[in-house]
Amino acid sequence: MTKLGEIAKLIRSKNAGPFELTFDIMFDTVENYERVRRSTVLSAALISEIYHLPVEKVKFFEVPAALSFKASIPRANFQGDIDDTDSHGGQQYAPLIDIEIP
Amino acid sequence: MTAFDEVRVLSATGVCGSGFKESSLEAGMAKMPHFIGCDAGSTDPGPFSLGSGKMAFPERAIRRDLKLMIKAARSAGVPLLVGSAGTAGGAPHLAKYKDIVLDIAKEENLKFSLALIHAEQDKSYLKRKLAEGLVTPLDPAPEFSDDVIDRSARIVGMMGEEPYLRALENGADVIVAGRSSDCAIFAGIPVSKGIAPGLAWHAAKILECGAAAAVARPSPDCMFATLRGDHFDIEPLAPELRCSPQSVAAHSLYENSDPFRLVESSGVVDLSDATYEALDERRVRVRGSKFEPANIYTVKLEGAEKAGYQSIVIGGIRDPYIIRQIDSWVERLRERVATRVQEMFADDPIAGRHVFDVRIYGKNGVMGALEPVDTINSHEICIIMQVTAATQEIATGIVSIARHQGLHLPIPEWGGFITGVACPFSPAYLERGEVYRFNVNHVVAPADPYEMFPIEYVNAG
Repeated sequence: MTKLGEIAKLIRSKNAGPFELTFDIMFDTVENYERVRRSTVLSAALISEIYHLPVEKVKFFEVPAALSFKASIPRANFQGDIDDTDSHGGQQYAPLIDIEIP
Repeated sequence: MTAFDEVRVLSATGVCGSGFKESSLEAGMAKMPHFIGCDAGSTDPGPFSLGSGKMAFPERAIRRDLKLMIKAARSAGVPLLVGSAGTAGGAPHLAKYKDIVLDIAKEENLKFSLALIHAEQDKSYLKRKLAEGLVTPLDPAPEFSDDVIDRSARIVGMMGEEPYLRALENGADVIVAGRSSDCAIFAGIPVSKGIAPGLAWHAAKILECGAAAAVARPSPDCMFATLRGDHFDIEPLAPELRCSPQSVAAHSLYENSDPFRLVESSGVVDLSDATYEALDERRVRVRGSKFEPANIYTVKLEGAEKAGYQSIVIGGIRDPYIIRQIDSWVERLRERVATRVQEMFADDPIAGRHVFDVRIYGKNGVMGALEPVDTINSHEICIIMQVTAATQEIATGIVSIARHQGLHLPIPEWGGFITGVACPFSPAYLERGEVYRFNVNHVVAPADPYEMFPIEYVNAG
C-alpha cells in the first residue's frame, strides 16, 4: 500500500465559484495515474464518504490527457459566509493525502 | 494567408494588477497579436469586493499593468479588452478603472476611444425578470426573491462576448468592461474572424489565466495563442516558461467544477475530445475542442449583501487542561456571553442580535465540521472569537465581553481565579468593518445579449 500523497505530483483544492469546491489529483507519470485508476479506489463514493455528502452530490472525473482525477462538491458553507473557514477553498484536500492505494 | 486565416491573441496576465514582465509583453507584441486581452476580476477574493465596491488589488499595481497594456495596444493599433474591472465588475469598480485609464491617456498623451461596458444590474429589471419566470437557480443556490434583490448591496451580470464585439464595431480602441465571463474577453474576436468556436473558447479558457497553464509559473505573466484552421497553438512569452501537453490539459481543471464542459452564456465548451500535442519544448498544439450553442441565452448573476459588521479577538491557549476540554470550554463561554448580552440589551433586544462564533486552530479551524481528525495533538491552540452584529460598535462591545468572559472562564482542574487566554494585541479586538455574503447563484434569460450591458463611449486623452 502507498499513500496517494506519495505518488501524486499535486493534490489541491480550490473554489469552483463561491458555491462549489473542486479537488484535483494530478500525476506526472502514466504509470502512477494508471495504477490509481486501475485500483478504482478513487471514486465519487470515496469522496462522498470523506466529505460527508450524499454520493449523488459528487461529480467525479478521470482526465487522462492531464493524468488527473477531479472531484467537485457543493461547499458546506458558501465562500466568505461568516461560518466559512477557507475563503479560497485551498486547504480542504488534506484528507485525500492519506488515501491508501494498493 | 489572409489576415483572418490566423488570429493571434496576447493575454497580458491572469488578473490585471497581478503583474507581468515588460519583456514578455514586448515579446508578445513582436508576434503581432490582433488584440490584447486581460481579465481583471474574480470571485476569488470573496464577497467583500462585490459588496463594498472596493478592488482586491492596489490601484498602483493596476495602473502599472494597464499603462503598459494601453501603450502597447495603441502603438500597434490593436484593441485592448479588459474584463471584470476592479475585481467584481460593478459600477464603482468600473468607475475606478475609468479614472485610471483616463489618467493614463492624459499622462501618456494618447488619444483613443474608450468603451465602458456596464454590468451592474438594475434592481427593478431583475424583479421584472424574476416575476416573468426568467431567473433560474444553479446548483447549489441560495433562495432568490424580491427581498434578496432589495437586500443586495450589488448584483452584477456576467456578460458574454457580444457587448465587446458591439463596442469594437462602434470604433472602440480600448474596452473596459464590468463583470464578464473570463473567456468572453478572449473568445469573441477570434469567433468573429471565423475561427471555429470550440477552438476559440478553449484557447480563451487558457488565455484568461495568463501564464497559469505553463508547467511552472514562478510569477504571473503573459500567454500567447495562435488560432487557425483545426487547431490553436499556445505559448508562454517569458523564455524560461514552457507549456507541456499535460500542463495545458490540466489547466481545464483549475477552478472549474467540470473539466470537460464549460458553461458560457452562448453555449457549452466541450473539451472531451480535445487533444494536446507538443510542437517543441515550449509550445502546445490543441485540436478537437467543440462548442455547443445554447438553446436559450442566459447570463449568470453574482450578488452580495451585507451580513453585518464584524469584530474579532485572536487569542492563544497553552494550558493543557483547557485544551483537552476546549469544546465544553467554548460551550460555557457561549452561555456566558449570551447571558451577558441579554443583560446588556435588556431594554433593546433587537440591537443585541448578533452571531458569536469561536474558531479553534489546532483542532478544526481549517476544515470545520469536515475535519476527520478528532484529537488535538498540539501543545498550543489559537482561538478566534468572532462577533457579527448590526453595527461595528455592538460587534466590538460583544466581542470585548467574550474576551473578558473567556479570559477568566473557570475550569474544574484549577481552584481560584485564572487567566486562560493569551491575547497578543492591545486592544485585543480587531474591527473588521462591514462583511458581506454572496447571495445569488442564478442565471437570467435576457431578451438579447446586450440589454443588461449598456455601453458608454468616452474620448480619452
